[in-house]
Parts: sequence; C-alpha cells; structure tokens
Amino acid sequence: MTTYSPEVRERLERDAKEIIGRYPKSRSALLPLLHLVQAEEGFVSDAGQEFCAEMLGLTKAEVVGVSTFYTMYKRKPAGEFHVGVCINSLCAIMGGDQIWEELAEHVGVGNGDTTSDGKVSLERIECNAACDFAPVMMVNWEFFDNQTPDSAKRLVDDLRAGKEVAPTRGPGRLCSFKEASRVLAGLPDGQAGDGPSAAGPSLEGLKIAKANGWTAPKGASE
Amino acid sequence: MDGTEGGLGMTTLTPVLTANWDRADSFTLQGYGEYEAAKKALGMEPDAIIKAVKDSGLRGRGGAGFPTGMKWGFIPQGDGKAHYLVVNADESEPGTCKDIPLMMANPHALVEGIIITAYAIRANQAFIYIRGEVLHVIRRVQAAVREAYEKGYLGTDILGSGYDLELVVHSGAGAYICGEETALLDSLEGYRGQPRLKPPFPAVAGLYACPTVINNVESVASVPSIIGNGADWFASMGTEKSKGFGIFSLSGHVTRPGQYEAPLGITLRELLDMAGGIRAGHRLKFWTPGGSSTPIFTDEHLDVPLDFESVGAKGSMLGTRALQIFDETTCVVRAVLRWTEFYAHESCGKCTPCREGTYWLKQVLRRLEKGQGTEEDLTTITDIADNILGRSFCALGDGATSPIHSSVKHFRDEYLKHFEIGGCPFDPAASTVWGKA
Repeated sequence: MTTYSPEVRERLERDAKEIIGRYPKSRSALLPLLHLVQAEEGFVSDAGQEFCAEMLGLTKAEVVGVSTFYTMYKRKPAGEFHVGVCINSLCAIMGGDQIWEELAEHVGVGNGDTTSDGKVSLERIECNAACDFAPVMMVNWEFFDNQTPDSAKRLVDDLRAGKEVAPTRGPGRLCSFKEASRVLAGLPDGQAGDGPSAAGPSLEGLKIAKANGWTAPKGASE
Repeated sequence: MDGTEGGLGMTTLTPVLTANWDRADSFTLQGYGEYEAAKKALGMEPDAIIKAVKDSGLRGRGGAGFPTGMKWGFIPQGDGKAHYLVVNADESEPGTCKDIPLMMANPHALVEGIIITAYAIRANQAFIYIRGEVLHVIRRVQAAVREAYEKGYLGTDILGSGYDLELVVHSGAGAYICGEETALLDSLEGYRGQPRLKPPFPAVAGLYACPTVINNVESVASVPSIIGNGADWFASMGTEKSKGFGIFSLSGHVTRPGQYEAPLGITLRELLDMAGGIRAGHRLKFWTPGGSSTPIFTDEHLDVPLDFESVGAKGSMLGTRALQIFDETTCVVRAVLRWTEFYAHESCGKCTPCREGTYWLKQVLRRLEKGQGTEEDLTTITDIADNILGRSFCALGDGATSPIHSSVKHFRDEYLKHFEIGGCPFDPAASTVWGKA
C-alpha cells in the first residue's frame, strides 16, 4: 500500500482538521474527507481511506463500508475529465441513449472506464436535476446542457486535445476532476461568481410572467 | 393580476422565488437584498413564527406535502438538548429540477429561510445537505453562506439579537436514497445512507439523536416571503388545502420546457398553454405529475388541478411538481424500464422487498421491452410490485412500483404489442430532440 509523502500528508491533515472542526461530531466529516482524498489522487485510494480512518478514529473497514456505498467515490482513477451522460428515462428518450452509444463508441471505453491517456472517463449517470435542459451531460459535475451526439463527441475531442471548454451554466474554465472534488470537500475555489444566474429554460416562466404582467399578489413588504 | 385573471378562473404565474433569476447578480446579497424578513423574525417570538407558517398553510415542497409549521411544532422545547435544522437539498427524484436552479440563482432565499426556521425551532446549528453532482450550485450556496457570515446574518449574536446560528454546507456523494430524510441523517453522520426505522421520528431523535427538522429547499426558501408578507398573503394563493405557490418544472416533449412558478392548483393544460404546447406535430401521451415515483397520468388528466388533494384523488401524487411530458413517439415500456433500472441501482439494500423486488422487476421489464416476454410477465411485474408496495422499509420501494402499476393500468395493450410483434413497436430516433416530426 502506498502512503502519502510527508508534505502531502501535512497539507491534507491541515485541510482535514479544518473540515472536521465544522461538525459537532467528527464522523460527520467522513464524506467531505473522502472527497478530499479523491481530490488528491483522482480516486479514493487505500492510502486515502487509511488517512480518513486515522483522522476520524475509525477502522479502515468502517471507512470502506461507507466509501463503497456512494457512486461518486471512484475506486480506480477517474479521468482528468469525468464525463457523464444522463440515461434516466427522460434524457434517454430525448436523445441520451443515442448520445451514450455514439460517445462510448467514439471514445472507445465503456461505463466507468478511463481512456489510456488518463484524460477522459465515461459514466452512465442518473437524473442530474436539469431535465428541462435534456439531453444533459456533466463533466466533472458541471452542466453541459442540451447535448447532441455530435456536440458530445466534439466536447470529448476538445477535452482530449487540451482545448478550453466551458460548461453551459458554470465557470468560464472547466476545472479538473480533482479540483472539483476539493470544492465538494467544502473548500471553495472562488469561482461562484462566474457564469449566469440562470439560463434558458430556467427563465421561461419568469419571461412569460413579465410579458403578461403577471405577478404574485402585493404583500406587506412591498 | 395575482394568480387568477379576468374572472375566467385562468391561473397565471406568480414569480416569488424565481422573480430575481433574470438579474445577473441574483445569487449575491446585492441582487437578493437585505435579509428584511430575517430581521423581522429575530424580533418575533419563535412560537409566533411557527404559528405564522402554520397559518400560511405551507406544506412540504419535497414531495410529501406535510404541513411545515406542524413539523416545526413537533420539536420539543425546553428539553435541554441541541436542536438541528437540516435542509434536504439532495434533489434527485427523476424529473425534479427546481431546487437546483433555485440554489444556483437565488441561494440567499434559502439562507434567509434557514435563519428564520432555525430561530423558530431554537436550533443553533443548521446543515444544507446538497447532492454532490452539481458543482456550480454548491459553489453558489457556499458563497452565499460566506456572504451571510460576513454580513453578520450567521454566526454569533446575529444582528445583535443574541441569537447564534452556525450553518454548514455538506456535499453528498451520489445516492438517491439520501433524499429520504432518515437516510440523509445517517449519511450526514458519516454512515452509509440507509433509512432508519420510525418511530422515533427525527423531531424527537434525529441528527445525533437530537430533535431535528428536515425541510426541503423550496419549503425553507418560501419562509422569508411568508414572514415578510404575512400568512394571509401566502394563503391567498393556491387552493383551500394546498396553499401558496410552487415551482412547476416542465420537461420533455414540450415546446418551451422550464420552470414555471404558479399557485398550486394550476392544471397541466394551463401550463402547456404557457409553454407553447407539446412540441410541434405531436400530441401528449403520458406524463408524471411529480417525478418518476408518482403514478403516470395521460391526456385524460390535463384538467386535474395540480394540488395535493386533486392529484391524489385521481390516483397519483403531486410530489415535486416534476412534469415530465412524453408524446406519442415514446414507448412507455422503455420509460418504465429505465425508471426501474434507476430504482434497482439506487435501492440501498437494507430491506428485502425493495432490494430483491427492484432487481427482478428490472429483469422482467428488460425481457418485455425486447419483445421476449409473455402475458404472464405482466402478472409477474404487478405481483412483484404488490409485494414491494407497503412492505418496503422506506418510500423508495413504494416509488418504484408507481410506474409499474400505472403503466400497466393505462397502457396494457402497449405491453402486449411488444411480445405480439417480438420487439418494440417504436422508433427511439423519433422521440429524440433531433427526431423528425
């Protein structure tokens, strides 16, 4: 089993202690800590789980029991860009199935696998709460809305070629899988201000209300 | 105009939570405004806030529709224990896509609602448990919380009131089951997300075995408007027993999918009118009123008022107002198969009916969809569903049976057609966004 170098370990311990300090009971920090170790290596490694166990006073078995329950924790390295295609009923029917088939063939890897250059991993994902933008894809858990088979293939080609790619609703620059995992651990990356408040379908109702002069009743605060 | 127009009873939209989404800075304090409702609330007796929310008629917006104020009232007071508020931001029910854009565009409505709610139930610690797969939404919520701390809306002695509140943003890690409130609590405590036996209910023994309120994002975000405008204002919208407004999410084969905030009781026909109808050249076949766990409706149900009672009376549930719309190009067996695969994937494994039942449903439906089934398979899937419904540990298992029972009821012939012709009678290409009319 590999272990962290003293420098990495010191840095991770500092982050871990900050995270643990937010919770009334330390074990609540386990999910964030698993995100934190995933941010280090791009997956939840043996060393990472050992580290979580030590920090929280748990056995490694207790940590593994938790990490294997949740699909976002990867047991082998994800790509620098982890690409998800929604194949739940609505997205599948709106074109997600065709996107998945063409994309998997184009990239040449299957569900949960990573390209040999380590750039891209693919996953068939469940509903990601953006159904009004169907068919939906996610890269490193950023929204790529309203996809087609061609846009999906182009997106992955661009990612592998090292071109700058931006999510449809998110920051101007797509972060790596490891960077994303760090935000999920509760360590913000300062990019919250990027991107639109809302876009496309999110604004349809409001647009129609404004065009018709429809509002909620006047209240005491107005 | 305020929700009904011209005496004709036509329902109109009532943007409240969505009203500022078209502002470029809506997710900042500057775009949201000062926390006037929280300031007002901190000057009130906590019980008066609970009463106002009870009087408003607000019912949980996460699907079950339990009266929010009543839930708060169940928290024992003067018990000497820590109290907790946990916001369920684990929006994962297939078709449901309201809380995610709400937190992306308007996270301060949620944070302000948390302050008021926590103060009302006498909690000094709150959590937002947000699904992990929505990175930018998590950034926005983290930033809003930080801004609120900087302004003195969170932390110790909030705005000089003597009230303290700490708020932690906690990311999940990919498990639909954690939307079930007790599974969420286990997950937040650092365990596998599996549901707990009730009783004891979370109001008595929730997070860390202390009294805990778990509320949906949209429920909590609605609270500032109730405190700011009054319970009567909120209750003036909606129907007698389903009061107020809610975000209706239209998706699928509709001309303008999106988020439509309207009084409860609006109908799909009215919403479709606003959304430009079913996509050109097609007609409505089936739809879910509130996500995949709510029995499907057909074009017979266009005029059912979308409130808790009316939808229930017609055999479904209002759920999360996730209106997934499918036109006549869609194979209902395929849709049901994919939902069933979802439930099988997401079943936590704790109880046998759900773990084994969803697994077998998936196998039989795959066979049916390929046209390799028999009429007996229809009996088998309804039998399996009967053995899950009411016998599983939590609502995930019950939800898995909704698409099965309702699709066999409304579209039995379509199932039969699959094995009559030895395959699926539909062309999946025709259902896609780029499919030809």
